[in-house]
Order: sequence, then structure tokens, then C-alpha cells
Amino acid sequence: MSAHAEVLKDSRAATAFNVDRIREDFPILREKVHGKPLVYLDNAATSQKPKAVIDSLVDYYTHYNANVHRAVHLLSTRATAACDDSREKVRRFINAGSTNEIVFVRGTTEGLNLVAQTHGRQNIGPGDEVLISGLEHHSNIVPWQILCEEKQARLRVVHIDDRGVVPLDEFEKALHERTRLVAISHVSNALGTVNPLADMIKMAHRWNAPVVVDGAQAAPHMHVDVRALDADFYAFSGHKLFGPTGIGVLYGKEALFNAMPPFQGGGDMIRSVTFEKTTYNDLPYKFEAGTPDIAGIIGIGAAIDYVNDVGMDAIAAYEQELLEYATDAVSQLEGVRIIGTAPNKASVISFVVDNAHPHDVGTVLDREGIAVRTGHHCAQPVMDRFGIAATTRASLAFYNTREEVDALIAGIRRVQEFFS
Amino acid sequence: MSDLNDLYQETIIDHSKRPRNKGEVEQATHSAEGYNPLCGDRVQVQLKIENGHILGIGFRGAGCAISTASASLMTEAMKGKTPEEVEIAFRKFRDLLTEDQAPAPDLGKLAVFSGVREYPMRVKCATLAWHTLRAALRGDPQAVSTE
Repeated sequence: MSAHAEVLKDSRAATAFNVDRIREDFPILREKVHGKPLVYLDNAATSQKPKAVIDSLVDYYTHYNANVHRAVHLLSTRATAACDDSREKVRRFINAGSTNEIVFVRGTTEGLNLVAQTHGRQNIGPGDEVLISGLEHHSNIVPWQILCEEKQARLRVVHIDDRGVVPLDEFEKALHERTRLVAISHVSNALGTVNPLADMIKMAHRWNAPVVVDGAQAAPHMHVDVRALDADFYAFSGHKLFGPTGIGVLYGKEALFNAMPPFQGGGDMIRSVTFEKTTYNDLPYKFEAGTPDIAGIIGIGAAIDYVNDVGMDAIAAYEQELLEYATDAVSQLEGVRIIGTAPNKASVISFVVDNAHPHDVGTVLDREGIAVRTGHHCAQPVMDRFGIAATTRASLAFYNTREEVDALIAGIRRVQEFFS
Repeated sequence: MSDLNDLYQETIIDHSKRPRNKGEVEQATHSAEGYNPLCGDRVQVQLKIENGHILGIGFRGAGCAISTASASLMTEAMKGKTPEEVEIAFRKFRDLLTEDQAPAPDLGKLAVFSGVREYPMRVKCATLAWHTLRAALRGDPQAVSTE
């Protein structure tokens, strides 16, 4: 290869963020689906795992599988140390002040339910309000509905506009002295809208309302700094962050965590137990009853290491470029309409195709090896807002390529051949 | 590998684009609603039953090509039938979608759904209208769900 070609290749690699090399880290991307190369565009549902994460699970089960915090033997010591390391990695990843503020849960859903059932039950009473947005995933609606029903409180919704944006002025107007809690997503799973979280949190704090953030779709795609945001609670899932399923994180400000009653009772969350009285363990263990998902905790630590190695800034920049490329390409298709056109979006393109139901779109794309999500995306109120039952959703990750977006476009054309 | 054309046979595409018996049934005696929580699709089936036979049958709603075509072909096939005959036809239809065997010879046009067997996620699309029809015959006031 000539020196000139070498330079060209290097510059292309730099702008293309060396996605080819990154793809080699993800064994599943070599799979074939219906005889075609897998084009995985369902990252908002769950992301694929780099070999480093898979290896971390195998390594734990092969070399030091033991329970944590209990035994004096070496394997238990190693497993405990690995879990402690992971907690510190998570702390740094979201810039929390202390590992006491990092509670491991099963996933975002459990994190949100934990807040509802502890802080919520303790602080919300008849006539109070919980404020959510019209963008929310069912997991950031239903726990608050259950709470409000139990406490005779009101669940108030700030509706989205035609672009899928939560209007800030509407949000501000909805806050008042009875607002006891605000629950809002950082990034919408159905539309990809990025909420102006820092502004929203400032507004809520003027009314002394703590803010619970559903960060499931943000953590894999952008820097999350819980202290800069001044978030009171922030929940996210490991499996959407290139880690294993079954593990997630609930961040909470230490003062809030301290004031909250425990979530579940059991081992590990206690200091001492008699039949008369139990005293609870320190943070974060107070909220971690029972043997935790040790492999999952180790896996999420490995995932964070991997993301840090690639670099979140580089990931965010590459994904924005890819999202723009995909948005342009989909917009140019006649008879296809993008649902969710917020100026600030991450990762997600939701769309509808004239004369083709999303389920049929999904089936045709699947036969082309393209994995997308079709349906209501656990966000039926969002679908209702746009007067549709379902969309097709392509959601990107940093291992996706322009060629894969091109394959999606070709797949949509094939759908149109079938159903137009 | 099964081809997409095995799933979306011409008859299915035709009925999904121009569904038959779509709309209200005058002086309906029975009706029910069905819901597929997987995709959010809803269908309503209305019936006019006289002397134990389905004299009028129509549907509204539905969604994807498979569920719309299934509702359309079902209404065509079940007109004039008795509830017992509906039940027998439903079982044969369900077997067609889930069992690895030759379709029952008397399924007629309904046999075009044989390709659905290769797509387990789509079986519920094909049976939604049928579950709803059976609920209407039972006089089930609750919307039936495919889950």
C-alpha cells in the first residue's frame, strides 16, 4: 500500500471511529440471521456484549465463584473485592460523590420501584402530586400510579408536543407546592428525545420536589454526571450498557437514601437481628437484601471499563453522526414518516410506513437479517399521542455502521414492494 | 429457509388491502373485542345470529396484514356456520398455525395461513380475530387478549 493510501485509510479510520475494529470486540456481530449478516438495530431494547464482558462472567464462574460479604475464604474475598471495584467504577462513571450512593438493583424498573415504594410511600400523601412526562416508559408510569392510588395522590402528566418534546414552559407550569416528586426519563426509549434534564431539575428543586430520572436510554449513549445534573435519583440498566441482564444501578443522594426505609428485608441488609428488633446495615447495603447478582455486578464493571476504553465522547459523537445519516436516509423515503423529531435526540429512529403495519415491517426486515423493534415500545401513551398503535424502531449503538443503515433503507424499500 | 412469499401469500395480501366484511353488522346480536398486547392491535367482531346460525358477521379494527387478512377470511368462511362449526374450524385453523402436519383438507382458503407456522411471533396476529369471534359467541363481556 502506498504512503498516500495509508494516510487516506488512517483518516477514514479516524472519522469512521474505527468501527471495524470495535465490531471485532462483539462476537455476536459475526452471526448470520436467515443466512444474512446480522444487522442489529434493537439496541434500545438491549445492547450486545463485548467479549470483555462475556469473559468477565466466565472468569468469575470459572475461577472465583463464591458468595460475597460472608466468608473468610479466599474466593469470597476475591468476589467481594470484585463487587467493590465495580461499585467504584459505577460511581466514577456517573460522577457520584460516594459509593454509598450506588445501589445495585435488577434494572431500571426495579430502581424506579424502589424509590416509589420507599421514598414515595414515606413522603407522599393525600392531595400530593407526582409529576411525570408524556414520554415515559411504562416502568416510569406504573410504579407512580400504584403509589398515587395507594396514597390518594394525583399523577400529573406534562404532555409532549408534535415533535415529541416536553415543553419546558409547560413543565414549569405543572410544578407547584404540592408536587412531591418528579419522575422523568433522560432519553425517551420510544422516540429518542433527550430531555433538558438539568433545567427541569432546577425547576423542580425550586419547589423542593426531588427528581427521579429514568436513565436507561441515556447511560449507554452520553456522559451522565449526576452531580452536575443535581439528580436526586438516577436509575439505569446494565444490559442496555453492553453489560449482562439482571443488573442495574440506582443512584440516590446519600441524605435521601439515609432517610428512606429499606426496600426488601433479608440477609446483607441488616446489622443485627433479634426477634424483637432489627437494625439495618449501612448504605448501600441497606437496599441490597439477599445475595446480589454477583456475576452481573462484575459484568457491569467490565462493561463500564469497555465503554471508558472506547471513550464516551467518541461514542456520543459517532452515534450522533450515524443518527443524522440514518435520519436523512429515512426522511428521503417516500411514504415513510419519522415519529419523534425533537431537535435533541439520541440513538432512536421511530417510524411508520404507509400501508404497512409495523409487525409486517419487522417480519420483512427480519428476513433480511435486520433486527428492529416493532410495537408500542412499552410506551402506549406516546403512541396514543401520535394516534398510532405502534411504530418500527431502529435504535443505534456505536458498533453500527452506515452500511447497516443502508441495509435498513433497502429493507424498508422491500417492505414497500410487498405492501404498497 | 422459508420465503417471505410463503407467509405473505397473494390471498393474504389481497385480503389485507381489501378486507371483506369490514364494518358494522346491522342488528347485531353478539359482539366482542379482542386485543393483542404485543402490538397494541384491537379488533371488534360483530355477529347476527338467528336460529343458531351466523347470518351476519363483520369486524372492525385489526392492524397488520396477517391479522387483517385473517379477520377478513374468517368472516367469509364462518358466515352461515353454527357455533359448533366455528369451534371445529378454529381448532383446525390453530393446528394449521402450530402443528407440523398437513393442513386439514376442508380448511379451504384458510390454508393460506400455513406459512405463519414458520413465524411463531406472528401466530397471535393470525388468531386474534378467531379468539374474538369465540368470545362473542360465548357472550364474553371482557375484551379477550391473545396473551
